[in-house]
Amino acid sequence: MATIVVDGVEFEVDEGQNLLHACLSQGLELPYFCWHPSLGSVGACRQCAVIQYADADDTRGRLTMACMTPAKDGTRISIQTETAKQFRASVIEWLMENHPHDCPVCEEGGECHLQDMTVMTGHTQRRYRGRKRTFENQYLGPFLNHEMNRCITCYRCVRFYNDYAGGTDLQVFGSRDRMYFGRTTDGVLENEFSGNLIEVCPTGVFTDKPFSESYTRKWDLSSAPSICAGCAVGCNTFVSERYGRLKRVHNRYHGELNGYFLCDRGRFGAGFVNSTDRIEHVGERVEDDFFDVLDVEVGIAKLAEMIRQGDVVGIGSPRASLETNVALKTLVGEAQFCTGMSSAEESLVDLIIQTQRATSADIPSLSDVESADAVLILGEDVLNTAPRVALALRQTVRNRALNLAGEAGIPQWQDAGVSSHAQGRLNPLFIASVLPSGIDDIAADLLHDVPLNLADCGFAIAACIGEATGSEPDFVRKAAAALRSAQNPLIVSGTSTRTRAIVEAAGAVVAALESAGKVPRLLLVAPEANSFGSGLIGGGLDMNTALQRVASGSTKTLIVAENDIFRRAERERVEQALCTVENLVVLDSLDTPTASLAGLVFPAATFAESTGTFVNYETRAQRFYCVFEPRHEIAPSWRWLAQAATDAGRDDLGWTHVDDVLEAVAASPNMAGVRAVAPDAGYLGSSLCKTPRETPRFSGRTAMNANVNIHEPKTSVDEETPLSFSMEGLNRDQPSALLPFVWAPGWNSNQSVFKFQQEVGGAAAGGDPGVRLLASGSIGTMPARSASVRSDRGGVDTGFRLIPVQAIFGSDELSSRSPPVVERSSAAFMIFSPMDAERLGATQGMGVSCSVLGATFAVTVDAAMKSGYVGVSVGFTGAEGELPDGLIGLAVDPNYRPTPNPHDRVIARG
Amino acid sequence: MISQLVSLWKVFLHLFASNETVQYPSKKKWWWSKPTKVMPYLAPRYRGRIILTRDPDGEERCVACNLCAVVCPVDCIALQKTEDENGRWYPEFFRINFSRCIMCGMCEEACPTYAIQLTPDFEICEYDRNNLVYEKEHLLINGVGKYPDYSFWQVAGKTIFGKNKGEAQNESPPEDVRSLLP
Repeated sequence: MATIVVDGVEFEVDEGQNLLHACLSQGLELPYFCWHPSLGSVGACRQCAVIQYADADDTRGRLTMACMTPAKDGTRISIQTETAKQFRASVIEWLMENHPHDCPVCEEGGECHLQDMTVMTGHTQRRYRGRKRTFENQYLGPFLNHEMNRCITCYRCVRFYNDYAGGTDLQVFGSRDRMYFGRTTDGVLENEFSGNLIEVCPTGVFTDKPFSESYTRKWDLSSAPSICAGCAVGCNTFVSERYGRLKRVHNRYHGELNGYFLCDRGRFGAGFVNSTDRIEHVGERVEDDFFDVLDVEVGIAKLAEMIRQGDVVGIGSPRASLETNVALKTLVGEAQFCTGMSSAEESLVDLIIQTQRATSADIPSLSDVESADAVLILGEDVLNTAPRVALALRQTVRNRALNLAGEAGIPQWQDAGVSSHAQGRLNPLFIASVLPSGIDDIAADLLHDVPLNLADCGFAIAACIGEATGSEPDFVRKAAAALRSAQNPLIVSGTSTRTRAIVEAAGAVVAALESAGKVPRLLLVAPEANSFGSGLIGGGLDMNTALQRVASGSTKTLIVAENDIFRRAERERVEQALCTVENLVVLDSLDTPTASLAGLVFPAATFAESTGTFVNYETRAQRFYCVFEPRHEIAPSWRWLAQAATDAGRDDLGWTHVDDVLEAVAASPNMAGVRAVAPDAGYLGSSLCKTPRETPRFSGRTAMNANVNIHEPKTSVDEETPLSFSMEGLNRDQPSALLPFVWAPGWNSNQSVFKFQQEVGGAAAGGDPGVRLLASGSIGTMPARSASVRSDRGGVDTGFRLIPVQAIFGSDELSSRSPPVVERSSAAFMIFSPMDAERLGATQGMGVSCSVLGATFAVTVDAAMKSGYVGVSVGFTGAEGELPDGLIGLAVDPNYRPTPNPHDRVIARG
Repeated sequence: MISQLVSLWKVFLHLFASNETVQYPSKKKWWWSKPTKVMPYLAPRYRGRIILTRDPDGEERCVACNLCAVVCPVDCIALQKTEDENGRWYPEFFRINFSRCIMCGMCEEACPTYAIQLTPDFEICEYDRNNLVYEKEHLLINGVGKYPDYSFWQVAGKTIFGKNKGEAQNESPPEDVRSLLP
């Protein structure tokens, strides 16, 4: 700790930090632009100028940039001195010289860091009367709007996009006052984290395009803390609503998980909530594809009757909350409950849970991931299955520069110094994967092979860590050496190839590192937002057995909660089961193929309209809160089930409140921690009110619904959660799990997040949210290596062996029904080796049809693909479910016409 | 003493001054004549019924910036932004609940485009409160109102139909970023 004196007042600050960081952490107001806690300081904008004094006798001092000056013990500075204030006012006046008169038509207006800083420095009168410099804008794809006139050249965008996220297609062009931040030509910003530019840009150059389409000012949004449903990472988000529509998803700071950044799937993948495919009423199927709307009571009575008759099998879902899954499990009984994961997924998730418990290696949070110093990715395509992990891994590799800087005595926040001292030296990252991916550029070495060979490679690395024979392949030897010599080795693997042996191999590497006296960490990626929750709840039936049982006709009723079974097993198997069962009841939010076969459909609430709990890859249980009241008859699935069960005379599901269900969840094995995730509905904040979802300046209260009802009914009382549908109360001092938005006086933009942190860039105030359900540490035994059946590779004549390939945009069920993600994702594709493509007579851009999958796929040729194997885009049309084993015949489809790629569109627009 | 006398004299003179108070809504000229409707003179800046005006080019002035809604002390304005194919912002709907409006004029003050204006018309009473909810079709007039010349889009940096980058007031033509000239 160091003591610094600011305007005559002493503060105890962190010595390793710069003065700007120190001042903001102490709650002092100092304007800045180019500095970002995750990006460090470069001193580009000159906005955080302060006067620094040599000693107590120095009355004159000198001007320094706070972000570029270390907070050494005894530093004396002044923020308030007239010279410093004048300097900062001049800087902002220069920055504003060319700034367009756009605020009313700018999506950033009202949450603009530039507006806030302009007000903070007191620049209220425009003196410059000259002409303003202008730029043409670019089309940047379905996610972002570009408005270059507003730029103040702080360089944050390229520092984030290129340095932090590894993008290559956003650059700085031009010279002097003509700096242009954009692409060489119009086109989609390719990086998977481009959406963060919305939050990184201090003004309105990069704005949220889908949000802009039905734009609402920040002060008018009512928001709630939520958890991203896009993958197993469980990034914390703010989800915002107005007029009954979900408007946008923003990052909610979590010190251990997502920090300041989200991936584009998470940010733009929630649009399905507003979909026209939403199921909004209770429906009964009358004839093929037609549903009659039923009265809620009638629908529940019908379901109750089915429950009363017995013989009910329930299929839950890894995309539904713990609450819904537990409700269904309680209703049908463990022996009749299936978690809803496919058999392959479920066995993998079980394997992961078993491995994580058996090993003493910790499951790393993302901040732990960033602190590792050697990484092996074994068979997992993290950029496409858990994108935020890939962004963290990029920092892991880059953080070598921080270690080197530490040795050289360069402060860690000195971004330019740190990176130029490192001279491109990186922490070693070894990637063994099926196909090249977007993070290959930072890998020390790569291996591309088919999944079983990757597993072999993993076992070989494990053996090599124990004792090197010298005859290992290069990749194995290098990876083993790097992991062995590391302080914090990290192994990343997962389920994306649906190969057990890969997860077993990852476990073996960790075990080898442990016996070599290391303290490794093991990150195993699960497929979906609540896969771990489903795995921990468990069920008596796996998917194939459940479907078999249903198809055999011994089951009267099948209840499916928020799941599309066609994505969980092969088509024939599913069709056979769903068409045999007498009563098929589906509770879902979207119209899915399963829902259209149902006899009785109940409208289920999405994550934005209900309150529930997801368990992420760290087994961290996290609560998401309903943002708005669902329209029509939409209700959380557990409520439909509990209501029907109660009507059927069951007394163990008499739940009327989400906290009742939570009690039931907490009573299940491994789940005791879920109570502590967030306060219960009775929690009142420091203002003795519930925490408000609406901002203090929420507008239109007496006019919003005046066209429907002039009488302004009382705001609905939220009895389910500690949040209220109102602006009353304080958004302050509550546990971080209850933070609905960030705003502080004078800080309207998302930069106000530091007011909700313990120190700038540290843990969230009140502790980072979420509770880990499993502690790792030698419980049970490490799963042994299963005898993997080595099957022959295929060929053009015999048919190909299919390997699942994941895509960030399109493989996930819910986000792939969000319009901007649809626009960004490609058509279903198959990846061939050049040799196979040639022998098949297929070239890039042609189509191949697959009779087994019943669909046509666009051909992609990749030299890394092994001959005899074909990568198939899973989750896309035709490959929604589990891929069939065995050799699959493919043929070129002469009638295939590629769908025009919307990304090629160039719009010359301002 | 003198000033008191002057004051008394001035007050006395007022006995013969014409009335400032107007008989409203109607007045009889003589005691036997029928009452006729009276509309007093109200200055243009009088704060009565709210209207939405148009730009000199005939398009809607309102850019749906929401500043009127947020400044409204009774929260009686609600709107939703949308935009045309050329990027011009306008309100998809614009609703004022006049049964809540207190005619304070803060919306007019906040409006950066002179779109929302208060007029001297104060006769907006209704028997049914529902009729006091005005939508955009009731608010929008075919004219510029009190500010004939101002056009926000001609000073803003965003492109709209008929105005490209660099064509607004006080703007230089778009920079050629590929130029290497100093």
